[in-house]
Amino acid sequence: MKALRYLIPLAVFAALVGFFAVGLTRDPHEVPSPFIGKPAPAFKLARLHEGDQTFGPEEMRGKVWLLNVWSSWCVSCRVEHPLLVEMSRDHLVPIVGLDYKDKREDGLQWLSRHGNPYLLSACDDEGKVGIDYGVYGVPETFVIDKQGIIRYKQIGPITPEALEKTILPLVKRLNG
Amino acid sequence: MRIALAALLTAFCALAFGQADEVAHPDPRVEKRLKDLGEELRCLVCQNQTIADSAAPLALDLRNEIRTMIKQGKTDDEIRAYLVHRYGDFVLYRPPLKPTTVLLWGGPFALLVAGFATVVVVVRRRRQVVPAPLPASDPSRASIAALLDSDAAPAQKKKKKR
Repeated sequence: MKALRYLIPLAVFAALVGFFAVGLTRDPHEVPSPFIGKPAPAFKLARLHEGDQTFGPEEMRGKVWLLNVWSSWCVSCRVEHPLLVEMSRDHLVPIVGLDYKDKREDGLQWLSRHGNPYLLSACDDEGKVGIDYGVYGVPETFVIDKQGIIRYKQIGPITPEALEKTILPLVKRLNG
Repeated sequence: MRIALAALLTAFCALAFGQADEVAHPDPRVEKRLKDLGEELRCLVCQNQTIADSAAPLALDLRNEIRTMIKQGKTDDEIRAYLVHRYGDFVLYRPPLKPTTVLLWGGPFALLVAGFATVVVVVRRRRQVVPAPLPASDPSRASIAALLDSDAAPAQKKKKKR
């Protein structure tokens, strides 16, 4: 019993190491979104290509889709873009773009240069829809189910790993 | 002296309303409330700055949103709720007391209590260990004194050798 007493500091130390082991591998920039499991906020924005038409998330009812927040000024958007182009070529899941705080001509030019993986893009030139979706670091991607509920949020570029391990299995499950 | 003081105070005013130049016609009352509110809110982009301080474009947008809401007559709680709804409790520098934050709020006090309890236990045990002084009539006193003397003597000798 007395010997056990000397193990207490060791146990405390082990618990501390455990906390650090978990805590230090987490990215503090990934703040859990309060929107998971909640309906995607409604909006009505002009489309990027067909400027006279609008888009709202209710148009995607009945489909599992991705809402990808991007911008021509966003450097890390370029990192994930080839992956999005690949996804759209393989018709894995419909992707709607939200062109965040961008100029129309810049957005159009950026898409013509890097390829357009989007079903359509909506222009959030003032960034208000971005605020309504709690966007704080572009790119961000929301997985939205058939009922219009947000199921997952990817903060920062979609990595091949996140796509294979999280996003695609989730899309498959929501479709099934 | 007075002029220097006036200049200093003016400089402080400029600091206090440093963000007022973001809007064409700043309303000092709105700016004051914005500043008070913004200092309790975390900027999500540069997490160690407040929304009041941050130069990030998102912080500017949020400041303008807050300005609009203040002008609409929203209360501070309503404005905080607006931000928490979008960004979660993480925007608040003072997180609310919830089942998930009990450890955060109560942890330091629990540690304090545990530390205090440890001190009390240790002190009590020590007190039990220290024996009561021997009565003057105790026969072992003489032998203890002899021992102490015999111990002191060689030490003195050593000192002399040096």
